[in-house]
Amino acid sequence: MDFFAKWFPYFLSGVSVGGQYALIAIGYTMVYGILRLINFAHGDIFMAAGIMMIYLTGVFPVWLSIVFVILLTVLLGFAVERVAYKPLRQAPRMSVMISAIGVSYLIQNTVAYLTGGLTKQYVEIGWISDVVTVMGASTKRVTLITPILTLVLVVLLVFLINHTKIGMGMRAVSKDFETSLLMGIKINRIISATFIIGSFLAAVGSVLYFTNYTGVTYTSGAMPGLKAFVAAVFGGIGSVPGAVVGAFIIGICETLLKGMGLTAFSDAFTFALLIVILVVKPTGLFGEKLTEKV
Amino acid sequence: MKLANKTMNIFFIAGLYLTVFLLDIVPGVPPMLLTVLKKGVIFSLVAVSMNLLNGFTGLFSLGQAGFMLMGAYSYAVINISSSLKPVVYQYYSPFFNFSLTEVLGNALGGFGVVLGVTVSMIIAGLVAAFMAFLIGLPVLKLKSDYLAIATLGFAEIVRALIQLEALAPVTNGSQLLRGFPYFRGIFIPFIIVGICIAVIVLLINSTYGRAFKAIRDDEIAAEAMGINLASHKRLAFVISSFFAGVSGALLAMYQTTVQANTFKSAMTYEILLIVVIGGIGSVSGSCIGSFLFIACSEWWLRFLDNSNNNIFGLNILRSGFRMVVFSFVIMIMVLFFRKGIMGEREISSENIVKSVKSLICRIKKGRCNER
Repeated sequence: MDFFAKWFPYFLSGVSVGGQYALIAIGYTMVYGILRLINFAHGDIFMAAGIMMIYLTGVFPVWLSIVFVILLTVLLGFAVERVAYKPLRQAPRMSVMISAIGVSYLIQNTVAYLTGGLTKQYVEIGWISDVVTVMGASTKRVTLITPILTLVLVVLLVFLINHTKIGMGMRAVSKDFETSLLMGIKINRIISATFIIGSFLAAVGSVLYFTNYTGVTYTSGAMPGLKAFVAAVFGGIGSVPGAVVGAFIIGICETLLKGMGLTAFSDAFTFALLIVILVVKPTGLFGEKLTEKV
Repeated sequence: MKLANKTMNIFFIAGLYLTVFLLDIVPGVPPMLLTVLKKGVIFSLVAVSMNLLNGFTGLFSLGQAGFMLMGAYSYAVINISSSLKPVVYQYYSPFFNFSLTEVLGNALGGFGVVLGVTVSMIIAGLVAAFMAFLIGLPVLKLKSDYLAIATLGFAEIVRALIQLEALAPVTNGSQLLRGFPYFRGIFIPFIIVGICIAVIVLLINSTYGRAFKAIRDDEIAAEAMGINLASHKRLAFVISSFFAGVSGALLAMYQTTVQANTFKSAMTYEILLIVVIGGIGSVSGSCIGSFLFIACSEWWLRFLDNSNNNIFGLNILRSGFRMVVFSFVIMIMVLFFRKGIMGEREISSENIVKSVKSLICRIKKGRCNER
């Protein structure tokens, strides 16, 4: 019982962190599945959502700000794709990746300019940051909401991918880009939809993630972004359920390591896991096998 | 004719170095120019080393900041002067109780100091190269973007591990290191970087270099031609990391302090952007790109940060605006000038003469006889 009382809070917060990583990781995995592009700017879009929330709550009530944050983040993700990735459709993959790094640099510098490079205090969102007690462990309510909300959103997303027309388009484009073009699929629309979904989930994730932290600064997106990416690779990049499972595993391991007093190792662990999985099984847990074409 | 070109190139480079030397000794040169030249030359070495991987071997690696960090720390740790050790290692007892440069300096005088710095820079490079060898064993089997992510992850691991309490007697934990010898003036870094880049250029023009290019252009075809993929990739990776380590040591000297937190992945991104601006696959492009990049970000766009320059009472110009404008410029470069400044060409005296001739022709609007 003592063991349980010690580790249960860590486990609980691990599940919550995992849920937040999962929401970001889906954005990575879907974009990679379709464009074969590591969207380095995704972590910064996530961070920009956090900053927007801070500025918007100064003007609007909290619930309205959340709606606006989601809308604006979706718009940002859409705009980034149209401006920075669409002109490079025919270019080599490396150019697109460099463009993604450029966008990440641009977003970070813009936010640094707007905030003056300072850490901005994140807003208290009344109801979800209340403290509740679960089985003897007291925690914020957001810890409980995150995994549930994540699972609901993932189920909806999987339904969207498997049972709607746009989802069918996404599956087709990720299978074969050129053939789906020949089949009359409006590729640009599908890609925009992918970015919109990814940014939507990142915005939801940012509200949940930053509630646990005191502040947001212009580099806040880099670390969760990288970890979510590792989660996506771990689960098998291109697969949505894989990304979610990977994110939960990474979130739980990380908080358990922190609980053991190995905080410095928790970041290193994530990347060590990445290198191990890449070497042992590059396609990840649920990834499809890629065949090399000459 | 070929020989004449070579001599002209040597004169060209000698002229550049003479200018640098004059800038170094003549008083009244704007200090900002010297800073830009100093930082620019260090970044041009690491950019060239990254170009060796990304541009010439086709390995998309993003671990440069990690190797620079290894180099910077190795240089600093073995060179902190013994009188300053207790101050620097405030909370720990230092693992290395000597300073290489001091020991050699005491034994051999001025020559010993030079020798000490040189040896420690080579050690810095070797540490980074050894690390690259180890990490390369598993990682180099990966393809394009997986390799990028794995090396990026490696750089982050190194940064996390170096700040561990357990390593603190060596690395001083997350506190900064200082008190090691550094250069004054700009001529010394120019000499060191010049030698390193010359070695890289020689390598690129050798059989190995041609093998690297073959791997970049088509791995399968290169393998069919009898090129050992694994060993050549490892070679390129290790050599590139060696020079990244050396430039890390130079950066440590430039900053006079070392702290793990400065070597974030943002640094790798900046180096990559330098390579892209200069032209992937062009050594001289990387050098030009690095000077332009540093000059823009540190100097030319400075006025955008000054809130006294605002007009119409708008408060747009303030601290940080320069970086926004700068990243816009970079995005435009990345989107519309994908070949960068130089593409895959190189600067040589011959090319300069040719382009000047064609420029004169265009001004005269006369007919130009090419060749």
